[in-house]
Amino acid sequence: MQDLQSLTDQALELVEKADELAALDQVRVDYLGKKGQITALLKGLGKLSAEERPAAGARINEAKQQVQDKINARRTELEQAAINAKLAEETIDVTLPGRGEDQGNRHPITRTLKRVEEFFERIGFTVEKGPEVEQDYYNFEALNIPAHHPARAMHDTFYIDPTTVLRTHTSSVQIRTMEKKEPPLRIICPGRVYRCDSDVTHSPMFHQIEGLVIGEDISFAHLKGCIDQFLRAFFEADVPVRFRPSYFPFTEPSAEADIQCTACGGEGCRVCSGTGWLEILGCGMVHPNVFAACDIDSEKYSGFAFGIGVERLAMLRYGVNDLRLFFDNDLRFLKQF
Amino acid sequence: MKFSNAWLREWVNPQLTAQELADQITMAGLEVDGVEPVAGEFTGVVVGEILTCEQHPDADKLRVCTVAGHPDGEMQVVCGAPNARTGIKIPFALVGARLPGDFKIKKAKLRGVESKGMLCAQTELELGEDSAGIWELPEDAPTGKDLREYLQLDDVAIEVDLTPNRSDCLGIAGIAREVGVLNRCPVEGPEIAPVAAQIDDSLPVSLAAGDACPRYVGRVIRNIDASATTPLWMQERLRRAGLRAIDPVVDVTNYVLLELGQPMHAFDLNKLSGGIKVRMAEQGEALTLLDGQEVKLQPDTLLIADDDKPLAMAGIMGGLDSSVTEGTRDIFLESAYFNPLAIAGKARSYGLHTDSSHRFERGVDYHLQEKATERATQLLLEIVGGEPGPVHLRELTETMPAERHITLRRARVEKGLGISLADDEIVDIITRLGLEKIDSDADGWTFLVPSFRFDIAIEADLLEELARVYGYNRIPSESFGAELAIEPRAESQVDEDALQDTLLARGYSEAITFSFIDSDTSALFDPKAEPVALQNPISADLAVMRTSLLPGLCKALQYNLNRQQPRVRLFETGLRFVPRGEPSGGAPSGGEALKQEPMLAGLAYGPRYAENWTGGKDWVDFYDVKADVEALLTHYLGGGAAAGAESEFRFQAGEHPALHPGQCARILRGDTEVGVLGALHPQLQKKLDLPKTAFVFELSLEALGETRVPALQPLSRFPEVRRDLALLIDADVPAASLVETAVETAGETLTDLKIFDVYQGKGIDFNRKSVALGLTFQHPSRTLNDEEINAAVDAVVGTLEQKYNASLR
Repeated sequence: MQDLQSLTDQALELVEKADELAALDQVRVDYLGKKGQITALLKGLGKLSAEERPAAGARINEAKQQVQDKINARRTELEQAAINAKLAEETIDVTLPGRGEDQGNRHPITRTLKRVEEFFERIGFTVEKGPEVEQDYYNFEALNIPAHHPARAMHDTFYIDPTTVLRTHTSSVQIRTMEKKEPPLRIICPGRVYRCDSDVTHSPMFHQIEGLVIGEDISFAHLKGCIDQFLRAFFEADVPVRFRPSYFPFTEPSAEADIQCTACGGEGCRVCSGTGWLEILGCGMVHPNVFAACDIDSEKYSGFAFGIGVERLAMLRYGVNDLRLFFDNDLRFLKQF
Repeated sequence: MKFSNAWLREWVNPQLTAQELADQITMAGLEVDGVEPVAGEFTGVVVGEILTCEQHPDADKLRVCTVAGHPDGEMQVVCGAPNARTGIKIPFALVGARLPGDFKIKKAKLRGVESKGMLCAQTELELGEDSAGIWELPEDAPTGKDLREYLQLDDVAIEVDLTPNRSDCLGIAGIAREVGVLNRCPVEGPEIAPVAAQIDDSLPVSLAAGDACPRYVGRVIRNIDASATTPLWMQERLRRAGLRAIDPVVDVTNYVLLELGQPMHAFDLNKLSGGIKVRMAEQGEALTLLDGQEVKLQPDTLLIADDDKPLAMAGIMGGLDSSVTEGTRDIFLESAYFNPLAIAGKARSYGLHTDSSHRFERGVDYHLQEKATERATQLLLEIVGGEPGPVHLRELTETMPAERHITLRRARVEKGLGISLADDEIVDIITRLGLEKIDSDADGWTFLVPSFRFDIAIEADLLEELARVYGYNRIPSESFGAELAIEPRAESQVDEDALQDTLLARGYSEAITFSFIDSDTSALFDPKAEPVALQNPISADLAVMRTSLLPGLCKALQYNLNRQQPRVRLFETGLRFVPRGEPSGGAPSGGEALKQEPMLAGLAYGPRYAENWTGGKDWVDFYDVKADVEALLTHYLGGGAAAGAESEFRFQAGEHPALHPGQCARILRGDTEVGVLGALHPQLQKKLDLPKTAFVFELSLEALGETRVPALQPLSRFPEVRRDLALLIDADVPAASLVETAVETAGETLTDLKIFDVYQGKGIDFNRKSVALGLTFQHPSRTLNDEEINAAVDAVVGTLEQKYNASLR
């Protein structure tokens, strides 16, 4: 049995030396395979006596097991090393930027419009739209602004022809909606509007959101509540709001809503021209003449309307200090939203 | 309306600082635009008197004066003003004085002569516009008196930006009335007593314009001294209201306009022939206005004329020929009521805007004319003297504005405002405003509206007055209840936001460009269109309404390229404006002749991928942008995988004036064209100065229509089988035709067909191309056998051979 010991030692040594799976497999074939050297010893058992045979057999099997165990252990080792090597080889620089298309950016005006729409849609307003090239009737007449009304001078109107204008406000959509739908109504009308005026603080095209609520018991207190809540929600702050009497031919009473200056907190600064307040929107109770133009009974129904300047909101919210930036479409600007 | 705070305080004087007063009236609806000091900041300036005035020995333009006014006695002052002379009173800045701009007066030597102090011009004190010389004060100015005290300069000018409805506040009297109401304090103006006639002269007045001018007051004043000087106090009040002193007669009429709100006019009596006729202009009449310009009068213009000629544009501006000059001795004063509708818009139609037209078109108190005449007479007699004739009133009672009675119902106050006010408070507020309670019953009250409130006509107007005086900010904020019903919302309606989100995710940023563009650019992109032009564009750049969104996007591209942005992806949604019918056949009216079509357009320029370490510097091409468009179209297919969905949209080689003829696709849904896609035409690219090719698309959101609401196709449990075919066909056969035919021929078990390779070039006939099709078959309820699939594939090959001369490779 001297042979067994040395064969075993040889095999174990070869296993130890094997540095790839193929070599390891060769050891298994050479020593433990059907024609393997240790396997061959089993064949010599027949020469032994019946008493010696079991013990010798056991020793050989033990040796085989020992080698097999060693092979298995070595295989696991080699496989692990191979995996490790592969992993090492596959390691990449995870700090490099990803591949593919960059996300585009929404225009801040649309972003603001969508945000405002969402607030109102949640409390049951629907969105209405109307034409931008508008009849004088919808832009002025039906809104209680007859020809030569001094209020027309407040609107620097673009004319297409004597009876067709570029709408100067989204209030025209009020009329179109009241003509086709029955009260109660809760609508907002976002869109482009146009005034013939262009300087640092005026753009010939800008955006408004008109709101209109009509019901049987809508009061000025409801108007105040609605505007208050909206402005607080929009600015995500408990921002003080004040209402000043104003004049719009299509509302009576009319009001201008101011918020406390977001830049200085009411102390007075350049943004608010030192007044501590920022004019943010015009509003009022729907004028009975407007109801009459739309065949709505002003004895039964009352309502309020408001018009929000979207650029103004966006400028305050996002710190945009120049109105013209909105329409230059400079990617360095757009990419910030 | 701008006015001196001190002047107002003579009428009404609540215990408020000027700023508090400004805040108060702002919150009552008279928005204060500014509160500004009436003079520059200065100290140490007194009334000085030039006692002697000698030529400077070494300087032609300088004089050496001895000036009284300093408490320590006479001072020697060197002065360069051309009007410096002995005997005049002037503002004298003493040594140690500080002038506006923190300019300190020190002892100085001017060309060797000592000067102690400075004689000032108006501009140096920010007290007026005259910088021609030193300011000559009235002879009776007390020498040595502090100038600020003398001129009462510790005053502010308050500028109110009045809304067009508040014409009643276009005078001190009206503002005072408002302040009185808000503070519950008495309002008292100067005493205006009738001035007795000293002569009998008057001028016949005939009112021949019906309700345009139902009331006219005239008065003759003879023997005035038009060369007199307007007193400084009046000049100062005019100046603080933003008006220039002109001559005493004009200054008085302007003063009354500011004080009472009644525009007046004075004619030189001796330039008038016959009487005054208020009438409409006749065709062809012309008038030279006070400002020197000659205007051709339109027949809708109300005129003041005499027997021979037009004298003035009523309520707007007087004529030059009949105006008062320094030599005028006799005048005719006019104080009239012109109907706002007769004046409104007229001044603007002549390019004019005057203090007078501003008031008349908003409404002037139609009971104010006599009072204003008496006030003007009183002031004129004080300043220019003269002998007044009787006040002569002509009135057309039948065309006078009707009295307005308004009933206010108690219940409407709470319903409309959301507050409940005590009866007493309601009546108190309304009557303090000048309305008169003429009736009351269980439901409410009836009030008479005063002649100065043109804006009060209906019950809602009274609600506003109540709310305004009560205080908008004292009215509570409340939430409103509403019967909420679920609004139907069609799922087939494609959400614009979703389309935008798709483009955003594919790297496009959103642009907003002007809806008007210049007509040349419009013609470049859409030469056949006759775009709608604005009558009054702001500039030639913004003159016509766009018929496409592409010019705006291209302009935004140029803007970005000029700012070193190498890769641009932009989209815009908005209307385009396409005239319908014959574009030259008359002006479209009412918007109906114009199609205002919502569009979605995009533009891609620059490398396919943003600059990246992974390489890929290829330029964007047609198929990149087509994939973006296809992603958009998917929204219209209810998920896109429905059977037959692929063929719903078709891309056809097309033509577009702005696009490359070989890289332009019309996009069709069924037979409706829904948009266009392609490369900008190389010529256009050159004109736009773009270094490389831009790809654009434009889709009509209207034409695209509705999406399918998804309807599930059962999933097959049976295996699918794929067969690939490589076909050679003529190079000019569109792939879409091949696919269409294959789909038609393959039968219902074909579930998918992909083009997975296209090859043209070496190894293939030069006018042929190789197209590889991958066909996927699947049966919903059983496994397909080879024979069935082979038969389908053979049929496809056979048909393609026949129809397109295709051959298997």
